[in-house]
Amino acid sequence: MSRITLSKLAHSYLANPTSEADYALKEMDHVWDDGGAYALLGASGCGKTTLLNIISGLVRPSQGRVLFGDRDVTDAPTTERNIAQVFQFPVVYDTMTVRENLAFPLRNRGMDAAYIARRVDQVARMIGMESELNRKARGLTADAKQKISLGRGMVREDVNAILFDEPLTVIDPHMKWELRTQLKALHREFGHTMIYVTHDQTEALTFADKVVVMHDGRVVQMGTPEELFETPAHTFVGYFIGSPGMNLFDAEIAGSEARLQGVKVALGAAYGPVTGRTQIGIRPDYVTISDEGLPVTVKRVEDVGRHRIVRAEFAGQPLNAILPEGMSLPAEPRVTFAPAKINVYANDWRVAPMGA
Amino acid sequence: MEKTQNNKAWFLVLPVLVLVAFSAILPLMTVVNYAFNDTFGQNEFFWAGIDWFEEMVTSDRLHQALGRQVIFSLIILAIEVPLGIFIALNMPKKGFWASFCLVLMALPLLIPFNVVGTIWQIFGRVDIGLLGHTLAAMGVDYNYTNDPLDAWITVIVMDVWHWTSLVALLAYAGLQSIPQAYYQAARIDQATRWSVFRYIELPKMKGVLLIAVLLRFMDSFMIYTEPFVVTGGGPGNSTTFLSIDLAKMATGQFDLGPAAAFSIMYFLVILLISWVFYTVMTNLDREETR
Repeated sequence: MSRITLSKLAHSYLANPTSEADYALKEMDHVWDDGGAYALLGASGCGKTTLLNIISGLVRPSQGRVLFGDRDVTDAPTTERNIAQVFQFPVVYDTMTVRENLAFPLRNRGMDAAYIARRVDQVARMIGMESELNRKARGLTADAKQKISLGRGMVREDVNAILFDEPLTVIDPHMKWELRTQLKALHREFGHTMIYVTHDQTEALTFADKVVVMHDGRVVQMGTPEELFETPAHTFVGYFIGSPGMNLFDAEIAGSEARLQGVKVALGAAYGPVTGRTQIGIRPDYVTISDEGLPVTVKRVEDVGRHRIVRAEFAGQPLNAILPEGMSLPAEPRVTFAPAKINVYANDWRVAPMGA
Repeated sequence: MEKTQNNKAWFLVLPVLVLVAFSAILPLMTVVNYAFNDTFGQNEFFWAGIDWFEEMVTSDRLHQALGRQVIFSLIILAIEVPLGIFIALNMPKKGFWASFCLVLMALPLLIPFNVVGTIWQIFGRVDIGLLGHTLAAMGVDYNYTNDPLDAWITVIVMDVWHWTSLVALLAYAGLQSIPQAYYQAARIDQATRWSVFRYIELPKMKGVLLIAVLLRFMDSFMIYTEPFVVTGGGPGNSTTFLSIDLAKMATGQFDLGPAAAFSIMYFLVILLISWVFYTVMTNLDREETR
């Protein structure tokens, strides 16, 4: 087990990339601490899988280095890296039984038979397939096959890291929760570095200590779920995390005030001069609907159970707000923003307030 | 809901039925007719019962041809299937060279049987053939017209040259349909090259290989033109396979009764072997999924 360092890493699937748009992964420096449980979150096609494949050695990066601990493994083949990876769609060896499937990675490493038998039984219990160990793998359902794939990923105790590439896509919902809990337990027990790719924020936030958000070939933010929620470093993070995402408005920033279409809004802190396209972002959770503040037109109200989501418009721009249970919508609704919860963005990147 | 039954639709099959009757069933019935009768021409037939069948079943000549036929089929299957798989594994998977190899592999398949025979007949000649002459110049005692072993080698090499492509192309199609994720998973699991072949490629190719073996078996079991052009069944009877023997009997000696009985048995043997083969293979498949 070791720390994984990506240094000046970039990758393009084209032989001669010319512009930045040709790169599936833009240049990045990133460190995955030994024993961390990370979720890699991002929309489809943002480079998550490419990043995983580079770490596992299935893809060689066009530039930059990959280090495991202090060892440079950029040119080392996958088999030498001793890394486990579970793919989005199940891969099982059809002609083998479930038991042989689970034992396969251990056999290939030449472990002794008694150890393999013991370890396979443990893993089978973890994935809930003890009773099917002697069945051929090919006749099983897709989610049973995916459980075998997961099991094969977890069977080696000495791996450098376990990479999960949207592994629960084909699993049915209650089993999803169960398996996620098992993965968490496995992480606590063995302390493997785990990187879990997903585009499902609930999955990411429940699995990981640290969430890494990728957008358009870049890591835009790494942080705890709370940091991602309270202070998104990029407008994409604000929009992608939370349901519904963060409200964004074009605004002029002057000191501790923002000016939206001529209306002054107080910010929680003072900002120096901000240039570029300036916006303020506020989570729907921190928008209060009452009869004072900015006038809005309500388009629609969605009842999601615990609370209601108000879809409104302010000066032609969409605005979402959360209406707590038991509150009613005023006749002429107006909104106020909690000043401390407003983030300021310039060209999509968060601007830190002065003195912070 | 009740399905509407319209038996008139059966009439749509009628034209095909008539065609098949004239092209296959009636000629076959003629063969049956010859097999159970004796004739001296003038359309006069005398009932012979199963005499011709008895004669053929106990005939040494037929036993020997059958023996040669089985050995020939087994040898070419043993060579062409592994060789075809090996070639398919080493063919480029994409790009210009993939198309190039595909065309190259398809070439022998496009050549008519008797042309293949003629090519090899000339190629192997000691006096003017590139192969025969070169071997002779190197001091190798090679002559397919005199030496039965040389004749066998020539016929087998010719069949391998002509038909390995078919196995290779089928295996290649099977390989191309394997998703990349399987190879990636195997690398993650630290599988050896052999394990990848044994546990991923071979199982995924099984369906097409089954067809390849079946096709190659049937084709080789009824091979006629190529060895006939090259060796004419000789030297002696050493490369006289079943259909060559049959043709000699029917059109050479005009023994139409025995030849007809022979054809019917020949046909039934191929049908039986193919059926057994297919049933066994598909049953194996079903058992595995259980």
